[in-house]
Amino acid sequence: MERKIKIKSRDVSVFYKDFKALHEININIEVNKVTALIGPSGCGKSTFLRTLNRLNELIEDTTTQGQVYIDEHPIYNKDTDVVALRQRVGMVFQKPSVFPMSIYENVAYGPRIHGIKNREQLDEIVENSLKAANLWAEVGNRLNSPAARLSGGQQQRLVIARVLAVEPQVILMDEPASALDPISTARLEELIGELKKDYTIVIVTHNMQQAARISDYTGFFLNGELVEFSITDEIFVNPRDKRTEDYITGRFG
Amino acid sequence: MEQQKEDDGYMNKKAESITRMIDIPYGLDHSKKRYPVRGFTRDKLVEMILMLSAAIFILAIIVISIFIFARGVPLIYKVGISDFLLATEWNPTKGMFGIATMFVGTLAVTMVSLLWAVPLGVATAIFMAELAPAKIGRLLGRLVELLAGIPSVVYGFFGLIVIVPFIRENLGGSGLSVMAGAVILGIMILPTIINISRDAIVAVPLEYKEGSLALGATHYQSIARVILPAARSGIITAVILGMGRAIGETMAVVMVTGNSTIIPNSIISPVRTMTSNIVLEMGYASGDHQSALFATGVVLFIFTVILNLIVNLSLKAGKNYASN
Amino acid sequence: MRATKNGDKILTGLFWLMALVIVGILFSIITYIAVRGLPGISLDFIMQPPSRAGKEGGISTTIVSTLYLTAVALLLAVPLGVAAAVYLEEYSKANSKFAWVVNLTAETLSGVPSIIFGLFGFVFFVIFLGLGWSIISGGLTLAIMILPTITRTAQEAILSVPREYRENSLALGASKWQTVYRVVIPPALPGIVTGIILSIGRAIGETAAIILTAGSSLNMPLSLSDPARTMSVHLYILAMEGISMERAFATACLIIILIIIINYLATLSLKGLAATK
Repeated sequence: MERKIKIKSRDVSVFYKDFKALHEININIEVNKVTALIGPSGCGKSTFLRTLNRLNELIEDTTTQGQVYIDEHPIYNKDTDVVALRQRVGMVFQKPSVFPMSIYENVAYGPRIHGIKNREQLDEIVENSLKAANLWAEVGNRLNSPAARLSGGQQQRLVIARVLAVEPQVILMDEPASALDPISTARLEELIGELKKDYTIVIVTHNMQQAARISDYTGFFLNGELVEFSITDEIFVNPRDKRTEDYITGRFG
Repeated sequence: MEQQKEDDGYMNKKAESITRMIDIPYGLDHSKKRYPVRGFTRDKLVEMILMLSAAIFILAIIVISIFIFARGVPLIYKVGISDFLLATEWNPTKGMFGIATMFVGTLAVTMVSLLWAVPLGVATAIFMAELAPAKIGRLLGRLVELLAGIPSVVYGFFGLIVIVPFIRENLGGSGLSVMAGAVILGIMILPTIINISRDAIVAVPLEYKEGSLALGATHYQSIARVILPAARSGIITAVILGMGRAIGETMAVVMVTGNSTIIPNSIISPVRTMTSNIVLEMGYASGDHQSALFATGVVLFIFTVILNLIVNLSLKAGKNYASN
Repeated sequence: MRATKNGDKILTGLFWLMALVIVGILFSIITYIAVRGLPGISLDFIMQPPSRAGKEGGISTTIVSTLYLTAVALLLAVPLGVAAAVYLEEYSKANSKFAWVVNLTAETLSGVPSIIFGLFGFVFFVIFLGLGWSIISGGLTLAIMILPTITRTAQEAILSVPREYRENSLALGASKWQTVYRVVIPPALPGIVTGIILSIGRAIGETAAIILTAGSSLNMPLSLSDPARTMSVHLYILAMEGISMERAFATACLIIILIIIINYLATLSLKGLAATK
């Protein structure tokens, strides 16, 4: 069976000044699947996630080596349009951070900055995005109220709706549930299961059970290296590397 | 499944922009928008404009320095620097430009004002930071802000109507005196001293105080032996900045000090400060006379800039230390 | 040395006393001027121009002059000051030498006495650029004087905007500038406005620099090149030359009322900051 690869990284290394945070990472992310990146704190999984939408460049004195290909197009090039890249590859952060605006304006933010001005078009995009994020039922009647008044779980879904509104193809998630209560987490995981039908999802999580629950593939990072990458079931039941086994059985981390 | 490093020829592929390969989002074409001016993206243009705005400060200080010095320094050379600073005779019509009396005048008024404003100011700062209940502390803070907002002319006016007669009736002389200047000036620099001292005291880590109290010391002992010493550099900064303000103050001082060009021999003696001299005579000065006033400005400028640099450059060092 | 309970009580009393002295100073100044000045403030006083060099009439021309001058200064200083703050906080690199120098010169500028600005404004705007004693000379000088305050408060306001806003905005594909004006500046607005309000207070009370650059004509200023006498300058002249103590008190009282209003507006604006969170 031909597996379609959405994202490829080739020998990706990241340096913070002289410190080498990532060591030649090679990974293939399959389309319309959930790929989880696990590992102890500071192992580089978040750093790697941010190489996929070039968000590492926001931090000073960071150098990235190697190349990342999305749909076979290299993204680390001099004339790469980073704006278009980030529209194509969306990101959800750990802390649900909604803009100090109304719910509507939050979701409409992305389309607006990319040039959409037509009110009807925006209305449609906002409604579709909120529906896709399973939030429409709860907020559809109060779109103009401040987003800050929503609960943590609702805010995180709003953030997802905001990302969906720019019509990405890939959604990167950096520990999206770590600030949420168990019920909100469960709802979020359910949402991820639905979203993967239309999007490619890469999720960083420190919660192994979560990775086991929702992902199709899992990669284990340790000290900036990708130790093992495999189908989720295999990596948890039959890890090939001793370090992976130690981590999964809780011997460290 | 194993990770494979395929030799798939991607490394050799010619680099192409991601926009040209992937369909444009929402069907909108961004390429024109990104480059409004040839070679510069809109973002780059904005950054340049903002940078120029920031550069205004550097430009301002340079231009101010140039013009003040150009107008004032030649006269200092003409008269001779020691004659200018040390001679006591200020008589423009005869071409005598010695500012010693006014230098002493500034010194006198400033020092006496610091004498009473510093203890009161620091004490108030301690009160606000350590002793007062939160609401009172906040209220006092708002009142100090109000005190800081009152313009110098209003202070001068109050001094003229209330303080000067008071001194005249109770201490003698005409009332227009060093004392009157020091009283009003002190009131004016209180907010500066209070605010900066309070910030310094509040910045002292809580652990110091807790450590002291845990050893059985009283609150006051902790304040005196632990908190104040730790806040020392901040309090010194407050005093220096207060002094700088006092030296530069003009309107209030000119209204209450009598403006005689003599060296004051007592606290009720009238006096003229360097700043007063400038504002009084600029209205009708010309030629060398005007240059001499600018020269006085040069002295003031150098003084306050050096004072400021001392505070700012040591503040930077102090900040770095405190953040560890 | 053992601390005594009585000793402590006396100390506490002393501290409270000193705090009371501060309050007393403030209140005595305000009440004295209010008591002797309020009676003189009438509709006529505000609407009538001064006559006989201020011995009679009102202070309408000085009120207009003050407003005009302040407006000119703000028009110049606010865009420049906020732009500079945005550059320093959003665009400059962390250890940029340029930013360090700008910050240092801004701090230094804020410590320069007003009389020096007056001298500079005189020799540069009035004489060198040939603008004469005028609103524009005074306004330009005043603008330089309030620039550091506006930038500093804007910088603090921008710094307090959570880092996540910027991250999320950029991750959605916004450019840096879009991020700045859509997601950074709006929440920083209350702080910026507070700085502007405080600068208005400074502009109203400024005297030394205005005397040397805007002149002291009592006529109603009709254009930028007209000279003007502000309320503060008027108070100075009325008092120093003993022209009319009655009107001096009324002028001083009006100035204080304006300052109190401005101070109150500034605290409101800061509270507005808290309310939007």
